[in-house]
Amino acid sequence: MTSQNDAFVAFEHVQKSYDGVSLVVKDLNLSIGKGEFLTMLGPSGSGKTTCLMMLAGFETATHGEIRLDGKPINQVPPHKRGIGMVFQNYALFPHMTVGENLAFPLEVRGMGKDERETKVKRALDMVQMGNFINRRPAQLSGGQQQRIALARALVFDPKLVLMDEPLGALDKQLREHMQFEIKHLHETLGITVVYVTHDQGEALTMSDRVAVFNDGRIQQLAPPADLYERPENSFVAQFIGENNKLPGVIEELTGDKALVRLATGELIDATAVNAKEKGGKTLVSIRPERVEFKAEMMPEGAHMIDAEVREIIYMGDILRVVLRVAGADGFVMKMRNTLGQTRLDPGQKIKVGWHPQDARALDPM
Amino acid sequence: MKKLLVLTTALTSLAFAANADVTVMSWGGAYGEAQTEAHVKPWAAATGNAAVMVDSDNPAPALKAMVEAGNVTVDVASVEYADAVRLCDEGVLEPIDPATVKPGADGTAAVDDFFPGAITECGVATDIWANVFAYDTTKFPEGPKTVADFFDLTKFPGKRGLRKGAKAVLELALLGDGVAPADVYATLGTPEGVDRAFAKLDTIKSEVVWWEAGAQAPQLLADGEVAMTTAYNGRIFGAAVGEGKPFQIVWDGQIYESELYVVPKGAPNKDLAMDFISYATSTEGLRAQASNISYGAPRKSSNIEPIIYKDGKTDMAPHSPTNPANMANSLLTSSDFWVDHDAELNERFQAWLSQ
Amino acid sequence: MAEASTELLTTADGRPLKEALAIAQSRAKRRAFLLVLPLLLFVLLTFLIPIGYMLKRSVEHDGFARSAPALVEWFEANPGFDYANPPEEAYAALVKDLTFMQTEKLTGLSGTRINYTVPGTISLFKAGARAAKDLQAPYKEALLAVDAEWARPALWRGMEAASSKFTTEFYKVGTDNKLGDNGWERGGDKDRIYLYLFFKTFLVSGIITVICLLLAFPVAHLLAVLPMSRSSLLMILVLLPFWTSLLVRTTSWIALLQEQGILNDLLVWLGVVGDDNRIAAMYNMTGTIVAMTHVLLPFMILPLYSVMRVIPPSYARAARSLGATSWTTFRRVYLPQTLPGIAAGSLLVFILAVGYYITPALVGGADGQLISNLISFHMTKSNWSLAAALAAMLLAAILLLYWLYDRLIGIDRLKLG
Repeated sequence: MTSQNDAFVAFEHVQKSYDGVSLVVKDLNLSIGKGEFLTMLGPSGSGKTTCLMMLAGFETATHGEIRLDGKPINQVPPHKRGIGMVFQNYALFPHMTVGENLAFPLEVRGMGKDERETKVKRALDMVQMGNFINRRPAQLSGGQQQRIALARALVFDPKLVLMDEPLGALDKQLREHMQFEIKHLHETLGITVVYVTHDQGEALTMSDRVAVFNDGRIQQLAPPADLYERPENSFVAQFIGENNKLPGVIEELTGDKALVRLATGELIDATAVNAKEKGGKTLVSIRPERVEFKAEMMPEGAHMIDAEVREIIYMGDILRVVLRVAGADGFVMKMRNTLGQTRLDPGQKIKVGWHPQDARALDPM
Repeated sequence: MKKLLVLTTALTSLAFAANADVTVMSWGGAYGEAQTEAHVKPWAAATGNAAVMVDSDNPAPALKAMVEAGNVTVDVASVEYADAVRLCDEGVLEPIDPATVKPGADGTAAVDDFFPGAITECGVATDIWANVFAYDTTKFPEGPKTVADFFDLTKFPGKRGLRKGAKAVLELALLGDGVAPADVYATLGTPEGVDRAFAKLDTIKSEVVWWEAGAQAPQLLADGEVAMTTAYNGRIFGAAVGEGKPFQIVWDGQIYESELYVVPKGAPNKDLAMDFISYATSTEGLRAQASNISYGAPRKSSNIEPIIYKDGKTDMAPHSPTNPANMANSLLTSSDFWVDHDAELNERFQAWLSQ
Repeated sequence: MAEASTELLTTADGRPLKEALAIAQSRAKRRAFLLVLPLLLFVLLTFLIPIGYMLKRSVEHDGFARSAPALVEWFEANPGFDYANPPEEAYAALVKDLTFMQTEKLTGLSGTRINYTVPGTISLFKAGARAAKDLQAPYKEALLAVDAEWARPALWRGMEAASSKFTTEFYKVGTDNKLGDNGWERGGDKDRIYLYLFFKTFLVSGIITVICLLLAFPVAHLLAVLPMSRSSLLMILVLLPFWTSLLVRTTSWIALLQEQGILNDLLVWLGVVGDDNRIAAMYNMTGTIVAMTHVLLPFMILPLYSVMRVIPPSYARAARSLGATSWTTFRRVYLPQTLPGIAAGSLLVFILAVGYYITPALVGGADGQLISNLISFHMTKSNWSLAAALAAMLLAAILLLYWLYDRLIGIDRLKLG
């Protein structure tokens, strides 16, 4: 998307160790373009927050270089980086009013009173909190505090805003609403956002690109749709969304088309992603909504295998059908709950299959 | 209100409401020990009654508190002369019938045998102790000889230890300024006399280390913090004879007074208490105490034979305030004066200290 | 709520809702009350009653009023008489009372009472009482023949004031006033001590509080940010003074700081000071401040620590990310949030310092005396009323401080740990 040279934020061979024995971040290379919304997604301990803290200046890189707008910032103290930041617990100063909280970054920059007031008001209006200027943070709800924290991070017009799990403490409904608002603000203001979360749904809905972290490395860096539909390894496939996994051995390999033999001897179709050796072990990943049980929906020559219906879970818009496939329980198929949908019953024997491009033969973990 | 107060003090005093027939309250330390060895134990052995000694920082205020609260747990207490007079005036003490005080071993009537003033309305003297000053002989081989030397910083340079309080300090200042012992209280009774005493103290004020607890004085001397210090003579004796410290007492200008046994009003065993005092203040009782600590026995018959310290060899006479050689230039503390002027002069003293 | 006031809500069986609720809760309330009852009684018995008793003592003394019934009656009948020249009837009443005192053994009690305001009167009363029964009219001349002091106007003023059971005289004495022949007047330069000592006590306590704060702040911060394993070790060091006897600690300071002490020996050995030029750090104000600071330091560290521990590090990070330097972050963000701890620690240390007694007595020397030492002096000299008045003044000053604290910071923000 963006090359290293004109990147707004760039990590180059960045490593971080806290104890001198193990690396928390292992050789990180990442470029973030101006105006981009990039999300760092990963389980806890994957190194994503450490990366964010290095960018903010609260942690120093053990090795490598971090550049902001072309200039190395390794030696720049946090208050001179001009980066806005939103924290998980909001970190609104409890002894100041909302207005004082917002004026704080302007005051320390030596801005005059009139200009401060204008900016504070504009920032508050931006998050629809104009009436709360004299309240104290403790008098606000979680969602309101979140908006104030957001406004405070934006009030001094930073070019880059970092968000560290900013919606983690909100309930589901409010979270979804705020996701929309943050995305909206990002679009209107044209700022660059680096967003850290462990919630894949959040990452998928908000980001231009998502960097999936595990074990101190970026496992995959891609737009949300790619990440979901074309995971590049088993970790990403498993971490993003729900998927079915079928272990097997590559029987035939034609271009990126692979024929995989399961332990039960059955053959399935898949797209070879990072298992490109004939006879090699692989793990085939198929999204539940891409599983078909009607032969007429299958492409020409595609394989179908035996399955037995174990359980049907009614979920409103969809039906989750839990199947026994290739000698193992837990294979999930999602059916849309449409008028005239075929009725399945527990114990019923069916055949299931999929388009080869929907099944991805990945590393065997 | 009163009942509740009684209840609280009763609760707090449960600690020493032991099952003894007679409870004696004294100052603890070597002094309390001397009275225990000389009086409490022998009396219990002789009469078959149980007796116990309890310690106090100062028995006089404790007695007053007990009597005021109406919960007296002590039968006999050892208090300073001025306190005995004052508490007696305030009605805190039982009067003691002089007839119960035993005549001397040689048959002399008690009133003639005791030193003047040693038997008062409410108390009988148990010993005579003195405020003296002492120095380290290794510091001054040719030591100070007179009370004036205490104030002579040129001849005897070095810090001075003094008890922090007006009593005995103002008298010392006047004695050091050349006032005859007989005129000390008359002088101190006038504003000019008080000014004169403070003026004398001014001459050494910058060199003074003030002490409060009796044990501090020999400690200051031992640490080398002071070149000489006033002290209770028994404390210096304890350090010199007991611990072999090179301390020398200067008896010139000693200010002595008696310590008295008294019985608080409402003592649980008043009759036994009177018997205890009668036993303890007998010729032998007072000799026994004087052989345990270097305070003088306050009756003539006790002093006829030499009193030997409990180590079996030290003659107490040179160490006793009542030894005639030690009394050449000495002053008996006037309890009347201090009863009248204690508060007033101490306020003045504290004000002077802070200036 | 508006509806509830107009229409009484009832339970299903028709009882008023409030009543039903009260019954339902009364059991729990009773149990809660019984649980706190022992503490309540304990506080009442050991704290409130003694304080009440002390306050009463500071304004009440019937030593003279009950020993001199005739004079009490005469003073009541003759207000505003000529103190410089009381009439014969007054002397007659006095002689009558002196005789009464002698037979009832009340001389000491009444003399002591008058002596509190007019020094030198105990022996006067004793001598007068002994002579009283032999005196003949005219009593004025007869009594003055015994001792001319009986004509002192100050004495008559003192007796008139003492003829009432209740008095504010102890507060007058406690504020450096003297009863002279012309009534109450400010004490002479050489006698004024109490107000000065109050001032000094508060000043020293203030200095100690500030030093404690300066020393405790970094320590508490370190305690709050260190990992648990290391901070608990440090905490043990902080609490160590609590586990050592106060006397032992004070004596150790003496051994350390006195002129022949370890510190001076070390300095002399190092050649920093000469042997005849040793630093006087003990038996003066320096010694008092050093020893008291040490004793009181934990009382500052603990409240600070308890406040700092719950301040998330994200506040400082937020401030830094918003563009504040580390100093601004400390001043504008961290420090204000530690205020409840600072206030609680300071209040605690200050109040403890104001009432401290043992340490200044042992290491204070000449100028290290505080007001509590004089209170203790009057306690042992059995002038309980003056001691009570001084203590009450101290209490009032502390309550004033507490009130100020409540006004400025708010008592609900006090955090002690």
